[in-house]
Amino acid sequence: MASKISIEDLAKIRKETLRTMNLREGSGKVKMNVHMGTCGIAAGARKILEAVLSEVETRGLNDIIVTNSGCAGLCSQEPMMTVEVYNEPAPVKYVSLTPEKVKKIFDSHVLKGEIVKEYALALGSETTV
Amino acid sequence: MAYRTYLMVCAGTGCVANNSMKIKEKLEDELLKRGIHNEVSVVTTGCNGFCAAGPLMVVQPDGVFYQLLKESDIPLLVEEHFIKGRPVKKLMYTPPKEKSSIPKMSDIPFFANQTLIALKNRGLIDPEKIDEYIARGGYEALAKVLTTMTSEEVIKEIKDSGLRGRGGGGFPTGIKWETCKRMEADTRYVICNADEGDPGAFMDRSIIESDPHAVLEGMCIGAFAIGASDGYIYIRNEYPIALQRLQVAIKQAREYGLLGKNIFGTDFSFDVRIVRGAGAFVCGESTALMASIEGKPGEPRAKYVHTVEKGLHDKPTCLNNVETWANVAQIITRGASWFSSIGTGDVSEDAWGGSKGTKVFSLSGKVNNTGLIEVPMGISLRQIIYDIGGGIKDGKKFKAVQTGGPSGGFIPESLLDLPVDYEELTRVGSMMGSGGMVVTDEDNCMVEMAKYFLSFTQAESCGKCIPCREGTKRMLDILEKITTGEGTEEDLVLLEELSYMVVDSSLCALGGSAPNPVLTTLKYFRDEYETHVRDKKCPAHCCKALIKYSIDPNICVEKGHGCGVCSKSCPDGAIIGESKQVHYIDLMKCGKCGICYDSCKFNAIYIE
Amino acid sequence: MEADVIDKIIEKHPKEPSSIIQVLLDVQSELYYLPEDVLKYVSAELKVPISRTYNLATFYKAFSLKPKGKHPISVCTGTACYVEGADKLMEQFERELGIKDGETTADKKFSLESVRCLGCCGLAPVVTVGKNLHGKLPSSKVGKILKQYK
Repeated sequence: MASKISIEDLAKIRKETLRTMNLREGSGKVKMNVHMGTCGIAAGARKILEAVLSEVETRGLNDIIVTNSGCAGLCSQEPMMTVEVYNEPAPVKYVSLTPEKVKKIFDSHVLKGEIVKEYALALGSETTV
Repeated sequence: MAYRTYLMVCAGTGCVANNSMKIKEKLEDELLKRGIHNEVSVVTTGCNGFCAAGPLMVVQPDGVFYQLLKESDIPLLVEEHFIKGRPVKKLMYTPPKEKSSIPKMSDIPFFANQTLIALKNRGLIDPEKIDEYIARGGYEALAKVLTTMTSEEVIKEIKDSGLRGRGGGGFPTGIKWETCKRMEADTRYVICNADEGDPGAFMDRSIIESDPHAVLEGMCIGAFAIGASDGYIYIRNEYPIALQRLQVAIKQAREYGLLGKNIFGTDFSFDVRIVRGAGAFVCGESTALMASIEGKPGEPRAKYVHTVEKGLHDKPTCLNNVETWANVAQIITRGASWFSSIGTGDVSEDAWGGSKGTKVFSLSGKVNNTGLIEVPMGISLRQIIYDIGGGIKDGKKFKAVQTGGPSGGFIPESLLDLPVDYEELTRVGSMMGSGGMVVTDEDNCMVEMAKYFLSFTQAESCGKCIPCREGTKRMLDILEKITTGEGTEEDLVLLEELSYMVVDSSLCALGGSAPNPVLTTLKYFRDEYETHVRDKKCPAHCCKALIKYSIDPNICVEKGHGCGVCSKSCPDGAIIGESKQVHYIDLMKCGKCGICYDSCKFNAIYIE
Repeated sequence: MEADVIDKIIEKHPKEPSSIIQVLLDVQSELYYLPEDVLKYVSAELKVPISRTYNLATFYKAFSLKPKGKHPISVCTGTACYVEGADKLMEQFERELGIKDGETTADKKFSLESVRCLGCCGLAPVVTVGKNLHGKLPSSKVGKILKQYK
């Protein structure tokens, strides 16, 4: 069990975690974030997550961070996934995914750095005030 | 005074979390040191959207884009670029060629028109990792509150921000807290209302699913402000994923000591318990919700005495909904004036004088982009439906947008430029409600829709008071009559009269607002009601009793060559016809299910 | 009645009258309905009058006093599903199964009910069969869906 944290620890945790969240300093080369809110899961996000995990395994990749987060908001284009590659300045949001599309994203984007344009919705993260 | 160069430092949440404010200070220092602070100005901007490259900066007018800046880069950068005029290549970002054809998030209207406060972490953090919440600035507001602020200061900050209840009523949050705090009591409670019962609304579920700690942190701050040490989250049982993520979040917060005794080593202790709802819409009402937490049937009581005075277990209780709580930490971190700079009106004198901040809506129905959106108050309905929602599906014609769930009303095309604001929506007969926004098109019958909402509220009426229990039932009977072609013009008068009676004399807001869908459709779409009662026709071809399906023999033979798909798909065996011949519908057998209509590829079947 | 199952559920909550709804919810999700003997047992354990327990069991929609079919079918009747034709969908299920909303087929295979918004409005109209969710379902596909479970 983690111990109680102090206010100073907040800054420490933030610094440590940002490192893995932002793909810096060699924690991983690619981060794949499957959006798994109720709507995403209902639209098949679990299958997408499974497909991502199995691609990682069968290809023997070890520098991929697979994670999940909540709904990205655009329910009509679920399931969605955000792919972020180290040294690329902006993550890519892929929409209306299927396991086959995931395979292609691995072939092209993850391994060769070429974004699969036909599945991509947009570059970047959402604007916040 | 004009500058030769502007340095636009991104101050979006992502970059600020990556130290962009330090970068800004360092830049200012360095420019001053070099004596060029009168030539080069440092400006902060909103989020660029390229959060992963933050902290980032754009140099104008050169348009050079620097990314992943560190404080230690600054002296070199200032020296090279702004004194010697040589942009620093290694800090620059050059867009790779193949990416140029993909739009940026900020170029996509669905995202570009949104402002994220309550949803600022959506899609960015793993909701089951508290560290990721902390990495995005989480629990810093709580730290600030517990170590540097008094409860009065916290309440004042919330009051000044103009935050109002996001669950429907729009009651000013700060005033609620202040009143609760003023009550003499040994125990006080805070409650998070996550019993999102409105059909077509799922914003609370989504906030909990993507950022549960934001809600917990808000509740902690609220508890500190009013002096509570126990909190409850009342959540719908139909939301298993939200429930599970909340349980994980609470466990993690306890492990870190962010819930429990002596939070951050201060005297303040607070913990939260989850209570699941059991499927009663009326439990979204505060007194019914509290009764349900106590293990009783969720029946509201008259509120001569407010829940802030006597609520749960008869103690002063402060209840806010999920979205309201999710705004609290941000207001503390970024300040009341930042929050109140977004939105409409002026809340400095009158807490009801405006609608501040943002509102999350679940946009569904007949729009192209359905989903969850967060927009600044004051945005027009037209912008929401056409810019964000991408317009109506299949090129159909817009008819009305229904806001505020079953207690809200229908807003017609003529009012689409209405700004989204508590008072404005109420003025036209609808309400903000919790934020459901369902778009209907020409194929939806307004009488049928009014009946749908009323049958919902009628079924959910707890039955305690007569106006609501009996009044909504009689109203529903009349609507049933109208939709089956039995209605008369007198029925319309009676329906309206009954509506006002139910509004005026019901015990709680459920009855008090249940007639809204009827009243607004009567007001804006009276012609549809009249066509139903006078001509016994349903203009939208919805009301079963008033329509019949027919097959156009010419299209059937010439285009479809009597393909027979309709007769195979008909569950009633009501379609007769030999293969390659004209098909007919036997109206005596036809159950009007519409399957043939959907299955005919040649549009040979029509409704009249 | 399997008392040990019920005891385990009761143990998870503070043993006080206010826990009654939470206990009943867990019983419902374990047994898919609230048998009479369980209601009596839980009432006695939590010291809640049986009249109150019955009141709760009939007041809240999450509870059912009758057993459900092997594949409980829930047709979402939230607004978004409604505008997309949930009523037609419901009728089609009623027709195919030969039962009405709220009933169970004679072979106890299927039970049918309409439910409040499931919150997947982007996929409207939505139906759940057991734990599986079927979204954007036209009424013409109802027969096909049912075949999967027969």
